[in-house]
Amino acid sequence: MSLTSLWRAATQHRLFWPVTALVALLVINVPFTPGFFEIHLKNGHLYGSLVSIVLFGSPLILVAIGMTLVIATGGIDLSVGAVVAISGALACLVVSKQGNEDAVGGVLLAFALALAAALVCGVWNGLLVARLGIQPIIATLILMVAGRGIAQLITSGQIITVNSGAYSLIGGGYWLALPFSLFVVALVVVLSMALTRRTALGLLVEAVGGNAEASRLVGIRSRRIKIMAYVFCGLCAGIAGLMISSNVSAADGNNAGLWIELDAILAVVIGGTSLTGGRFHLGGTIIGALIIQTLTTTIYTIGVPTQTNLVFKAVVVIVVCLMQSPAFRAKVFGARAQRRGPARKTPGVPADAPQQMEVSP
Amino acid sequence: MIDRRSFLTASAAASAAGMLAACAKKNPAKSAGSQTGSKQITLGFSQVGSESGWRAANTQSVKQAAAAAGIALKFSDAQQKQENQISAIRSYIAQKVDVISFSPVVVTGWDTVLKEAKAANIPVILTDRSVETSDPSLYVTLVGSDFEIEGERAAHLLEKVLAGHKGPVKIAQLEGTTGAAPAIERAKGFATIMHASHPEWKIIASQTGDFTRAGGKQVMAAFLQAHADIDVLFSHNDDMAIGAIQSIQAAGKTPGTDIKIVSVDGVHDGFVAMSKGQINAIVECNPLLGPQLMDAVKVVHAGKGSTLPRWIKTKESDYTADQAAAALPSRKY
Repeated sequence: MSLTSLWRAATQHRLFWPVTALVALLVINVPFTPGFFEIHLKNGHLYGSLVSIVLFGSPLILVAIGMTLVIATGGIDLSVGAVVAISGALACLVVSKQGNEDAVGGVLLAFALALAAALVCGVWNGLLVARLGIQPIIATLILMVAGRGIAQLITSGQIITVNSGAYSLIGGGYWLALPFSLFVVALVVVLSMALTRRTALGLLVEAVGGNAEASRLVGIRSRRIKIMAYVFCGLCAGIAGLMISSNVSAADGNNAGLWIELDAILAVVIGGTSLTGGRFHLGGTIIGALIIQTLTTTIYTIGVPTQTNLVFKAVVVIVVCLMQSPAFRAKVFGARAQRRGPARKTPGVPADAPQQMEVSP
Repeated sequence: MIDRRSFLTASAAASAAGMLAACAKKNPAKSAGSQTGSKQITLGFSQVGSESGWRAANTQSVKQAAAAAGIALKFSDAQQKQENQISAIRSYIAQKVDVISFSPVVVTGWDTVLKEAKAANIPVILTDRSVETSDPSLYVTLVGSDFEIEGERAAHLLEKVLAGHKGPVKIAQLEGTTGAAPAIERAKGFATIMHASHPEWKIIASQTGDFTRAGGKQVMAAFLQAHADIDVLFSHNDDMAIGAIQSIQAAGKTPGTDIKIVSVDGVHDGFVAMSKGQINAIVECNPLLGPQLMDAVKVVHAGKGSTLPRWIKTKESDYTADQAAAALPSRKY
């Protein structure tokens, strides 16, 4: 294989543009922070900008993975931010009521209750969408608005502070010198990839998202699949809520997870999943979430003035989205590509991620 | 089918409204009613919302002070929405309360409703935040903090904290929500003192942490990566400082020693951090303005509103780390 054909294969990989954007964003930091890629060992754990990006980006990755599956079924979940707030609030309330906040049993109880609440939220969304046929954007809007109220009710409008070493592990602690949240994210990613790509589940989700009625007629229980997607999304948001509250050892019903639903949807879109449902790309979503977190960190480290933060973010997001659009690339780079050779083939199937759709034995 | 769907949508919306109403009930209006004679003053108070611990303390102070002063309080929570505040003020006008007071959620857009109050001969007192009006006679006075002075006090506290320090001082600043009055004015006040008397001070990094712990933690983590030599952190509120402390510790430095921290607000957790020596000094921004408000209400009701200053500044103090442990038990918010 010649170098040019390798290059062409690479640029046609659907993760090429997101990964390029991520690398470019990381490299931009180097002139401003020469030691940006350095990672040191401090207090027995790894320390550096890249570690911070993973640590602070973990909740977004989780929420975005759940969001990907919901979007793949043709839905959307606006309530994840509220679920984040509810789960964090409930967990911190339970921990703060324990006599000994460090007790592992109490922390596990808090986790269980918080995740149960997140599960209920997911079931509620799923029932509204799949059973009652309410449009997803409206159905989840209800919990988006009301859920934050519930979180405030749990915290009585205050910030609940906890002093629990065990609780701070999941979102702010380290294990084997790495952020513990990294392991949680890895577990969820591996589980969801295995479930969707190694079993028929992924195919079923894509079928439901492509055409719910048709998939129902061929015998797929599309309602059940949809409910499962919302429940999974709620659970992911619940874990993210534990991480966010654990990261600062406090539950803030008003601000925890505020607007995270929009960041998550953006991450899904940057990752190459269409909002109309159907095919989805978990790997792309993870890259998308990392891009958003890197962008935030970049704004802080290169010293973008506060008032222009959002403009800077908007410009980067627009550029990333445009570069991903085949129509845009054809307009701008089209003339060159045509001169070079035959028309491009359909987007290449990645070699690394298992893409086959057949039902496993 | 359409009927069924719209019915279901409506019932879902109704249940959501019910949930919201349930949430709103956590701040029950403790209007004492008109149990005593016609002498009792009735105050209609519209609160911004219940967005923070500071605000909750503010609400409680107003309610307690009203009860203590024998003033009948009609309280409503606007849930951060101007239209809710305007309709609350209109209902107070309709109920013919004696005095109206509110914490304006935004700066502009109050002229019409304030003119209605004036036409009904009901005096208006602002609390906590100010408004921009075409006609200054639309409100009698403002009871609240001067955020710019708070910034200046923070700079003066930093002078104390840095006593004995020689050479240049590199400062990182955690700003409040972009565009919010406290963020703009605290930065301004701090910069005024810095430029006037401290050429050796330099703000090397400044970003918004949105007044939240998570924001403060994340921004400070990035600051510490980009600037190895930060001497001082000036945080626009305690919550951001508390978040930043965690990042400073993760970077292997000691907050309060390696990096001096000056913050604003004086919430309970801020005092806890200060008593541990992690925050060096706190500028108090006092939400407990109820008693001062009730004094103003009585003066206004007696028809002597013109004797009041246009701005009644809340009573506030400055605290350094050595006072923290002693002050901690008496902190109410």
